[in-house]
Amino acid sequence: MIKNISNLGDAAVYCDFGIEVNKSVNSEVIKYFKALKKENVESINNLTPSYNKLIVSYDLRKTNFKEVKKLIENLNVNETEDDNSTKIEIPVCCDDQFSLDIKTLEKKLNISRDKILENFFSKEYFCYMTGFIAGMPFLGDLDENMRVPRLETPRVKVPKGSVALTEQFANIYTFESPGGWNILGNTPVDVFDNSKEEEPNLINPGDIVVFKQINLEKYNSYNDK
Amino acid sequence: MINNFEIIRAGVNTTFQDQGRNNLYHIGIPFSGAMDNRNYSLANKLVGNKLNSPVVEFAYQGPHLKYSGDKINIVVTGDVVFKIIKSGIEIDGNCYESYQIEAGDEINLISTNKSVYGYLAVGGELNLKFQWNSCSINTKANIGSNNGKKLEDGQKINILNINSDQSKKKTNYINSKVENIRVIKGPNFDYFSDEGKKIFFEKEFSVSKLSDRMGMRLEGPKIENVVNTNIKSEGLLKGVIQVPADGNPIIMLSDHGTIGGYPKIGVVASVDYDRLVQISPGSKIKFKEINLSDAETLFKLYEMDTQNLLNQI
Repeated sequence: MIKNISNLGDAAVYCDFGIEVNKSVNSEVIKYFKALKKENVESINNLTPSYNKLIVSYDLRKTNFKEVKKLIENLNVNETEDDNSTKIEIPVCCDDQFSLDIKTLEKKLNISRDKILENFFSKEYFCYMTGFIAGMPFLGDLDENMRVPRLETPRVKVPKGSVALTEQFANIYTFESPGGWNILGNTPVDVFDNSKEEEPNLINPGDIVVFKQINLEKYNSYNDK
Repeated sequence: MINNFEIIRAGVNTTFQDQGRNNLYHIGIPFSGAMDNRNYSLANKLVGNKLNSPVVEFAYQGPHLKYSGDKINIVVTGDVVFKIIKSGIEIDGNCYESYQIEAGDEINLISTNKSVYGYLAVGGELNLKFQWNSCSINTKANIGSNNGKKLEDGQKINILNINSDQSKKKTNYINSKVENIRVIKGPNFDYFSDEGKKIFFEKEFSVSKLSDRMGMRLEGPKIENVVNTNIKSEGLLKGVIQVPADGNPIIMLSDHGTIGGYPKIGVVASVDYDRLVQISPGSKIKFKEINLSDAETLFKLYEMDTQNLLNQI
C-alpha cells in the first residue's frame, strides 16, 4: 500500500511505500506501476518505480497534482493480473580479465573466490527497478555475508557488461559508464539494446534473474552464434 | 537537388533536439529534448515548421555551416551572436528574424551571449533518424539521431523537404535574465540543518564549469545534512536539486540519470526551467521558495505568454 502521496515539484506525484526495502514492498510499487501503465493516461509522461517509491510525472500543461493524485488514489490495483514475471538466464564469465574487484571482494567479505562465486551463482534474483543508465537492472537480494559497500573511489569507466555488487544488490552495466560497484564478472549478453524500439530492456522490474557461470571460451564465442 | 549544410566547425556541444521522449524513465532513458523549450518553439514557428520539429541546439559556441541547395529560410533563437556570409559579405544576424539563404551562403554561430543554449531552425524537414519518436541526441547513452553523438566537423546536415512559404518572419523577444530561481521544497528538505536550509534559500551559489545537459553543479556555502547523506535510490526528474555528501547542490537537467540516491532538497518550479538552463557557468544563482499552487499558476501564465508569442508570428 502507498503510505503517503505528496508532490515532487509541480509536475510529479511522489508515492512513498514506506522506508523498508524488500521484495514485498517493491512488488506493491510494481503493481501500481503496471496498473498505471495499463491506464495509459495521456497527460502522464513518465513512471519511475524504484525500491520503495513510485514517481509519476505529468505534463503540467494538461493536468495538475490534484488530478493525478486522485487518479492514483482511485486506481484499482487489485484487478491487475498477478504478474507472471519472466525468468531470465544471464551468462557471466568471471575470468581474471573481467572480475576486476574479486580480490577486493575476497578481502572485504573474508570469503574465498570460489565460495563467493558459488554463492552468487546459486541464487535467484528479483529485479527491483531499472535505470540510472538505460536498462541497468537493480537485482536483489544478495545474502547477508555477500554485502559490501561501494568502492571508495568510483571508476571513471566501468566496462560494458560488467556484473557488479553493492550492498544487497547486483547490477549489470548496460554500457560503458562511470560507476562505483564491485565488479565480479562480465556478460556477453546485450542487456540493453537501443536498436529495439519495443523492448530495449532484457530485464524489467519484477523479473527473476539467474546468473550462469561460463568460461572464457564460451564468452568469446557467445556472440558468434 | 541535394539540399544540405556542410559543417565547417561543429561547435562545443551541437546536437539535434526536439520535444524529447516520454514514458521511458522506467527503463532508464531520460526525457532529453531541447533545453530551453520556449526558444525551441519560437525557432520552429519563425521558419514555418511544426512546433515539435527537430532543430540544431548548440551551447556557448555554435556551428559554422555552409549551405548548398535551393533557397531556404533559417532562424536563430536565444541570445546569440552570429553572422551570415553571402558572397563573401558578412552580415550581422539578428535573433528571432528569419533569413532566406541560398547555395554558397554560410552561417557562423559565433557564441551565445551571457547564456548557454541557442537554436538554429531550418524551414524544412531535416533527414534524421528517430528513436522512440524523438531525434533528440543523448550523448551519454548514445541515443537518438546521428548515432547519439554530437555533431562533428565535416559532417553534413541533409534536408529532405523545403517549406514552400518563405516569407520573412520576425518577432521582438528579449530573454529575461533571472537570478532568482523559484524552488518547491523537496521530500528530503528536513534532512538538512536549520542553518543549511537557511543557506539554501538565502545565499548565492555559483554555477560550476562542470555543468552540462545532464546537470548543473553549484558551488557555494555548504548545505549541512544532519540525517543521512544517502537515500534509497529513487526516481529523478529535471529540476530536482540533489545535495550529495559534499554539500554542493546539483540540479538535474534534461539528460539526467533516471535514478539517484542523494537527498532531494527541492525541485525547480517548471515556470523557471527555461531560464535556469540558460544560466552560464560562473554566474550567480539564488533560490526562492514557492508553494505548489503558486508554481502551478505561474506556469500557466508562462505558457499563455509563450502561446501569445507564438500567435504573434
